[in-house]
Amino acid sequence: MGDVRLMKGNEVIAEAAIRCGCDGYFGYPITPQSEIMETLMIRKPEDETGMVVLQAESEVAAINMVYGGASCGKKVMTSSSSPGISLKAEGITYLAGAELPALIVNIVRGGPGLGTIQPAQSDYFQAVKGGGHGDYKLIVLAPASVQEMNDFVDLGFELSFKYLNPAMILSDGVIGQMMEKVELSDYKPRWTDEEIEKISGSWATNGKKAGGERNISTSLDLDSAKQEVFNHKLQAKYRAMEENDVRFEKIACDDADYLFVAYGSSARICQKSVELAREKGIKVGLLRPITLFPYPTKQIQEMLGQVKGILSVEMSAGQMVEDVRLAVEGKVPVEHFGRYGGIIPTPEEVVEALEEKILGK
Amino acid sequence: MTATTEINNIISEENLVYKKTDVLLDNEMHYCPGCTHGVIHKVIAEVIEEMDIQDKTIGVSPVGCSVLAYNYLDIDWQQAAHGRAPALATATARLMPEKYVFTYQGDGDLASIGCAEIIHACNRGENIVVVFVNNAIYGMTGGQMAPTTLENQVTATSPYGRDCASTGAPMKISEMVSLLPGTRFVTRQSAETAGAVRKLKKAIRKGFENTREKKGLSFIEIVGTCSSGWKLSPTQSNEWMKENMFPYYPLGTLKDE
Repeated sequence: MGDVRLMKGNEVIAEAAIRCGCDGYFGYPITPQSEIMETLMIRKPEDETGMVVLQAESEVAAINMVYGGASCGKKVMTSSSSPGISLKAEGITYLAGAELPALIVNIVRGGPGLGTIQPAQSDYFQAVKGGGHGDYKLIVLAPASVQEMNDFVDLGFELSFKYLNPAMILSDGVIGQMMEKVELSDYKPRWTDEEIEKISGSWATNGKKAGGERNISTSLDLDSAKQEVFNHKLQAKYRAMEENDVRFEKIACDDADYLFVAYGSSARICQKSVELAREKGIKVGLLRPITLFPYPTKQIQEMLGQVKGILSVEMSAGQMVEDVRLAVEGKVPVEHFGRYGGIIPTPEEVVEALEEKILGK
Repeated sequence: MTATTEINNIISEENLVYKKTDVLLDNEMHYCPGCTHGVIHKVIAEVIEEMDIQDKTIGVSPVGCSVLAYNYLDIDWQQAAHGRAPALATATARLMPEKYVFTYQGDGDLASIGCAEIIHACNRGENIVVVFVNNAIYGMTGGQMAPTTLENQVTATSPYGRDCASTGAPMKISEMVSLLPGTRFVTRQSAETAGAVRKLKKAIRKGFENTREKKGLSFIEIVGTCSSGWKLSPTQSNEWMKENMFPYYPLGTLKDE
């Protein structure tokens, strides 16, 4: 066993950032995720690894600092919660448009508007379908444990550099505020200038090399014909993500007659609901999407010969259920169950919803 | 001897008194005739060449007429969202402290939508150079009112002249940022005469030297013209600028520490 500790999800994000060789964090305080920046400020990684940590004047400035840092080929990140992510939406689409790698953490709270500071999953559409303008996608990772908060920081950077595309960790106040056992990652050194040159030399704006080509970090092309070609390139990249980097977990699916589809904290609740339902003789399994984009569409389709109905469980009024329905194409009944506005459903409520909405049909 | 052969005889190494810097690319500029941007670009390019920092300089271009500044200077560039250049420059300078980072921003970009970013970058004393081109109007979008538009000045969105009772007074950004402890060098220059261009070049050089000495933020405002937006000829624009802009935006150095 490595370095095992009892830690809060938000604190683990900060610790994982330092340990994975992150070069810079730029943030702005907002509940329920302020512990991320607070932990970084206490840890003072600038003294330890040279990682820059800066409290920006706004979420808008923070995401644009990320754009600047990412343009240099550095591993940079920001974090926020729902209203703050709305403010960052402009910067996020610029990152996608300029094909820059970066990590954005969203510890979701209930909305709309200022909403509540309690947990919710009502930013699924914003994370997965857009949020900012233009045809772009984020790589979206949904941790369901404090351990995954640790693991997905490094994974998020890895995928964002693999595809030169921003990645988002979409979590919520449950996982962010919850304390759990976590095995922290080993320290990886920050990339040296030579390594950055090797990895990102063809695009990083860190000074034009003598005799070499200069680099420009931009999302602008006033020539529509070229802009369309660029859009084709982005779409091809998103298809490649769907081909190669779908992540999911199946629990008790082998003999399942019914299926829960749930991510993040809802998946944790559904794990218990699976046990409760099986005690009642209802054979239900759980398919947990880990990547929300790319979405495990095929994996849901593979269950269709087996299951008689699917309940999509989310702490929202019904967002991910649309992707479940798109996968299912009407072949079996798909219903949504959700609590929202900061209310967390109980495992019993979920089983009742399964009985009423799926078995009752 | 024809005129052409006569000219060809004159063009020779020993007669060379002036050469366009290689840092300025040969791409045809999109700026309107009489626009100040071209001269400012040239001056920055010359300073970069003279200080031999082409491989260490990163420019951050704005949204506005100079959005395409990266087409003209042969260095690495980042193209920022509207008003956000100081945020990009902040991270770039902090993550690569040995580089020279400058933002190039117009009055709509810096003084209006990017007001928060510039004030806070100045307050933190980021080790960057800010080149702020103030021509009192939005150029690229077609001549709308800017925060620096003068009282009674006619623009597309102040067609009866700027009414300060309703829209506030023209903002003196250099005076504002000079009050912040984070700024080390704040100056207001122009580029309408050869003498003014020489002074401007000196100021920009000082800015980049401050970066080298890690002194903090250098803020260089340039009062410029917008012939298209002002609907005046280039010559008339210079006259209008001298008559109307200079009294309100007096040239000179406000701070040099």
